Amino acid sequence: MDAAHKLEISRRGVLIVGAAASAVAAPSVSEAQAAGADAPVLAKVAFEVNGTRRELELDTRTTLLDALRENLNLTGSKKGCDHGQCGACTVIVDGRRINSCLTLAVMHEGGRITTIEGLGQPGALHPMQAAFVKHDGFQCGYCTPGQICSAVAVLDEIKAGVPSHAGADVTAAPQVTSDELRERMSGNICRCGAYSNIIEAITEVAGGNA
Amino acid sequence: MRAFSYERARDPQAAVAAMARTPDAKFIAGGTNLLDLMKLEIERPGRLIDVNGLGFDKIEATADGGLRIGALVRNTDLAADERVRRDYGVLSRALVAGASGQLRNKATTAGNLLQRTRCPYFYDPGQPCNKRQPGSGCGALQGFSRQLAVIGGSEACIATHPSDMAVAMRVLDASVETLNPEGKARRIPIAEFHRLPGDKPQIDTTLGRGELITAVTLPRPIGGVQVYRKVRDRASYAFALVSVAAVVQRDGSGRVAFGGVAHKPWRVEAAEPAMASGAKAVVDRAFAGAKPRHDNAFKLLLAERTLAAAMAEARA
Ligand SMILES: Cc1cc2nc3c(=O)[nH]c(=O)nc-3n(C[C@H](O)[C@H](O)[C@H](O)COP(=O)(O)OP(=O)(O)OC[C@H]3O[C@@H](n4cnc5c(N)ncnc54)[C@H](O)[C@@H]3O)c2cc1C
Ligand code: SF4
Ligand code: FES
Ligand code: FES
Repeated sequence: MDAAHKLEISRRGVLIVGAAASAVAAPSVSEAQAAGADAPVLAKVAFEVNGTRRELELDTRTTLLDALRENLNLTGSKKGCDHGQCGACTVIVDGRRINSCLTLAVMHEGGRITTIEGLGQPGALHPMQAAFVKHDGFQCGYCTPGQICSAVAVLDEIKAGVPSHAGADVTAAPQVTSDELRERMSGNICRCGAYSNIIEAITEVAGGNA
Repeated sequence: MRAFSYERARDPQAAVAAMARTPDAKFIAGGTNLLDLMKLEIERPGRLIDVNGLGFDKIEATADGGLRIGALVRNTDLAADERVRRDYGVLSRALVAGASGQLRNKATTAGNLLQRTRCPYFYDPGQPCNKRQPGSGCGALQGFSRQLAVIGGSEACIATHPSDMAVAMRVLDASVETLNPEGKARRIPIAEFHRLPGDKPQIDTTLGRGELITAVTLPRPIGGVQVYRKVRDRASYAFALVSVAAVVQRDGSGRVAFGGVAHKPWRVEAAEPAMASGAKAVVDRAFAGAKPRHDNAFKLLLAERTLAAAMAEARA
């Protein structure tokens, strides 16, 4: 086998979908879609959403937010800006809050995703949802699912000792103070300005006084 | 967004090989900058190579007493690492001053270094911009330059580099470790990693096409009081107008790098001996030859005052 031919084979070895020898595993891309330069490319992905395994075949361009809203009909997560600037799309993936608008659904193979619907439902609210209701932590409600997902994760981050810009000393263990909460919640914008009630709700769940 | 094919790289050699085969491929890590730009078609890759499975997610001690930070370590994890908080406090502080909690959970070490400018003309495909479309002109030179560079710019581009993390890495003399498409490793001092725009503002760094960042290393700790101060239009979740990363030793000597002022983290080692004489002396030297514009001339005074505040904080 000449060198050029060998190269061609190994190149195909990587490109062939699911080739066992390949070190780069492509998700299942159907032949037809791979054809034209700008034709949509479909790929399969499976992850767990709110405890249920979901399998999807999606245009690779689909963000996690669009997959949740458009394909799985979980419309609790909101699209405010679609550019990481507002936090309305915040969900919890593998225990961490992220902006679902700035990540691709196909990048979450095997992931565990929790949306506002998975935190709690009417009649069985998550304590953070109940506290937002009690403290009027919203007005129009558009930013609220993102605020609540973010708030739940913030308390875990403080517990885990993740530092923030509010702490004067990055070596000290962070505490639940309103300065800390405001800083940590800054990635969630509320056009209605419900901020102070949001901080009260989170403070109550954390077990402190607002 | 342009359609693209997607693959997960399982090992670094395969990742660079896949990149070398496909001229319009790009690596994707956290995706927080790349996807943002792809939605606006400022970046238009035809193939994405996901590097999240490469295992570059550890922070390890090096033989010479420093730290080796994997390219995929998330900004949150780097800021929270005990060794970083204790020995490289300026880095931890710079990280938590950037973006939001959600973004830092995704943003990676390599992606943060390679994030592109936030120049408003770069972000607006309807405007001329040499960085986005070489040869189309620079909208900022005749336009609003309040956020843009005061030093190191060119007739082609006056953009700034937006990273906070990189400013701290510059003051700590970090190095960037890479693997090129031929499978060769090299190490780039952070001072030589980001470039000035010159007549090629479309090129942000000295990284070769298809070169993969594998890690960033920090030399052994240098002690001192380590401060990061960032001035911006709101108290959180905004890019720097000016930032200062400073390491101040007991005897008043130290190091300082500035963010928000140039196409790269701005550090002039020759200005550092002036630290004992105060902020103005340092800024006069570090910003000698600055070419501020009407809208952003305030950054020079702001740099001086931010450094003065950082030095006061270090002494307190
Ligand atoms: C609203 C908003 C506010 C922000 N505020 C701040 C701020 O205040 N301060 C700040 O510093 N940053 C800020 N950021 C930017 C943020 O820090 C970056 O988006 C993030 O660090 C990029 O990392 P990533 O892993 O998501 O990169 P990606 O988007 O995945 O990649 C960025 C680039 O790096 C390349 N790349 C990634 N990994 C590798 C690798 N291993 N080798 C070679 N190339 C690679 C990609 O091809 C791409 O070109 C903000 C972002 C947003 C959206
Ligand atoms: S300053 Fe640079 S990035 Fe901004 S418009 Fe001019 S060329 Fe583009
Ligand atoms: S919709 Fe994701 S941050 Fe605004
Ligand atoms: S409640 Fe309306 S945006 Fe927050």
